[in-house]
Amino acid sequence: MVLGSTAEAAPSEEWPTEASSAAERSARRATLARVAEQARPVVLAREQRLPVLDPLAPLLPEGGLRRGAVVGVEGNGATSLLLSLLAGPSAAGSWVALVGLPQVGLAAAAELGVVLDQVAVVADPPAAGWSATVAALIDAFDVVALTPVAGRPQQARRLAARARERGAVLALVRGRHRWGEGPDVRLTVVDHHWQGLERGHGHLRARRLTVAATGRRDAARPRRASLWLTDVDGRVTAAPEPVTALRSAG
Amino acid sequence: MVHCLDWPVVAAGVPLDEPAAVLHANRVVATSPAARAVAVHRGLRRREAQARCPSLIVLDHDPVGEARAFEPVLLGVEAVTPRIEVTRPGRCAFPTRGPSRYFGGDTALAHRVVDLVAQVLDGRGEVRVGVADSPFAAALAARGDRHDRDDRVTVVPSGGDADYLAPFPVAALDRPDLTDVLVRLGLRTLGAVASLPVGDLMARFGWEGERAHRLAAGCDDRPPATRRPPPDLEARIELDPPADRVDQAAFVAKRLADQLHDELERRGLACTRVAVVAETEHGERRERLWRHEGALSVAAIADRVRWQLAGWLQGGTAVRPTSGVAVLALVPDEVVPATGRQLGFWGGQTEAAERAIRALARVQGILGSGSVTVPEQAGGRHPGELVDLVPAETVDLALRGSRTPPGPGEAPTAAPWPGRLPPPSPAVVLVDPVPVTVVDRLGEPVGVSGRGLVTAAPARLSRDGGSGVTIDSWAGPWPVDEHWWDADAHHRQARFQVVTDDGRAHLLVVESGRWWLEATYD
Repeated sequence: MVLGSTAEAAPSEEWPTEASSAAERSARRATLARVAEQARPVVLAREQRLPVLDPLAPLLPEGGLRRGAVVGVEGNGATSLLLSLLAGPSAAGSWVALVGLPQVGLAAAAELGVVLDQVAVVADPPAAGWSATVAALIDAFDVVALTPVAGRPQQARRLAARARERGAVLALVRGRHRWGEGPDVRLTVVDHHWQGLERGHGHLRARRLTVAATGRRDAARPRRASLWLTDVDGRVTAAPEPVTALRSAG
Repeated sequence: MVHCLDWPVVAAGVPLDEPAAVLHANRVVATSPAARAVAVHRGLRRREAQARCPSLIVLDHDPVGEARAFEPVLLGVEAVTPRIEVTRPGRCAFPTRGPSRYFGGDTALAHRVVDLVAQVLDGRGEVRVGVADSPFAAALAARGDRHDRDDRVTVVPSGGDADYLAPFPVAALDRPDLTDVLVRLGLRTLGAVASLPVGDLMARFGWEGERAHRLAAGCDDRPPATRRPPPDLEARIELDPPADRVDQAAFVAKRLADQLHDELERRGLACTRVAVVAETEHGERRERLWRHEGALSVAAIADRVRWQLAGWLQGGTAVRPTSGVAVLALVPDEVVPATGRQLGFWGGQTEAAERAIRALARVQGILGSGSVTVPEQAGGRHPGELVDLVPAETVDLALRGSRTPPGPGEAPTAAPWPGRLPPPSPAVVLVDPVPVTVVDRLGEPVGVSGRGLVTAAPARLSRDGGSGVTIDSWAGPWPVDEHWWDADAHHRQARFQVVTDDGRAHLLVVESGRWWLEATYD
């Protein structure tokens, strides 16, 4: 409690009475709206951007997954990187679908922070129903992770357009086939180093990755980040190197 | 309160002496007495119910059909009083002050209603009537959970609600979370809840506690802020040409419900009771009051319009109107200040979950059942065993969103599994392990002795007879000897973690001298 000076006036705030004028009421409403703005729950259903784990934010334009974007991951460690990308939206309440990725280790997903209660897996869709399945999932899931299948580029374009329309993010794990014109954001693991395993003893403890991000439109500026995926405590954290944004050539 | 027992089953036309259950979202919502006799009760999942009674007749939840079948019952009750309020098909209520005076007392009125409804039902189902001061007590009285099973009428004397409710268990409040806590605090009956000061309940539970106290004490169920809506608040639409079919009218009803909802929202109100008025070209009019616990959402209002019209347009010849519906109006009867959409504290995800459920149902329709799976935490020593994939249709997806997930870095299962591999778990777990060859520096195959010692340091890993990659670092063997009691399932394995010179880390397993690649730490 602050001891005010004697010159302090009596509190001007009184309990609102029925006789308060309309102007006072609207002023109070404005204050309430401002406070509500600050106290709002962090997750709003139709945010333009899905949140990601902090160490991954420097890799993505504006620090999050833009709804409707197509994100591709490749390189050694791509699956873990994909799962860590899913962890951010999942922890914030989004539902995630995995299509055509029968080998994903869900225990690893859970350790990285993906909420398994909000995950659905379509392990092995036949080629005939693949497109319809992905389309149906795009309608309801915030993130759909898949591996591209052999197909016409129009298929990819149509699905990307649908994702843009519904606000879903398509996360691609590079497989044997290409995805249309390529993803909007491409994350490539350029360097990786496991720690903990020696010759004949120890066990895998931590992995340090360097990820390079390129892409189209607002992701065109190349970015790079080093991170532990995972560190000795099992978390995804930023590695001490500062993020350097390479100047694009030319 | 008039309660027709097991209405979904009766409406489907199944005789009550056969075991039958109505399922919605894979869970049993209604059963026939014969089904209850074999321990099939509400809340069970489909498979469990079918396991308990293989000859169970399984029906799908059909609210439109139930409403349609309920319409004649409502018409019967309307002979006694015009102002009936329907909570859902199978249950309706009306204030008894006027009719009671007319028929000479509550008991006489109740018996008359029972006779009327029994006449309409004609032995297909059972009806119970409960009369009390508060709707909550009347509902419990009508359910007849307590004694007097053979007496179809329960009349609670005026002012005796609190005494009548006292012995009921707190589960009657229909709030499972609150009930759970109350039971653990030692409050098992409504009487115990009512005897506490309401301030204490509110301090502990908030408005839920206040509601619980109000109901247990036999006070009015309506939240105290209910009031009559402003008279000009009505959403009305004229259909031209008149709608003959329910789905035509239902489509319009949705728009109407949206309109009403927007109007109410602008004034900061939410509707708890709505009167749905339908008029035909020839002047026939059907007006019915619908009440919903809590506030009526747009979808709920649209549903109820559909039920009412289904009951009317598709009813028997005595009931059906002579022409299509020309005017539809929604009149809010009781409104409360809107508290806004409630986001659950632990991430109330029901809307997202429901969208997901619908999408998964569509995918199952495209690909067939069993194609969509959801992860369930299991346990085991191998990375593929920690999380199991179960078919989505066997799981209640809406319920899963409310579980607290483990924190990052924590393993999915809390149970200890000695011999489990330490985290991090591999990101790629091969569905079918791939046979590989592991040789040492001299090209000799590496093995693990009976004592769990490796014969030589592994140096090279190759697959499909290719040249392979050099192993930079490795650790193991970590032996595992499982199911020694079962000759078929018994296996003794040793696990190795290796990092090859291209930087990849793998999990290898050797069993009986053969090596397999089980997982990759991708």
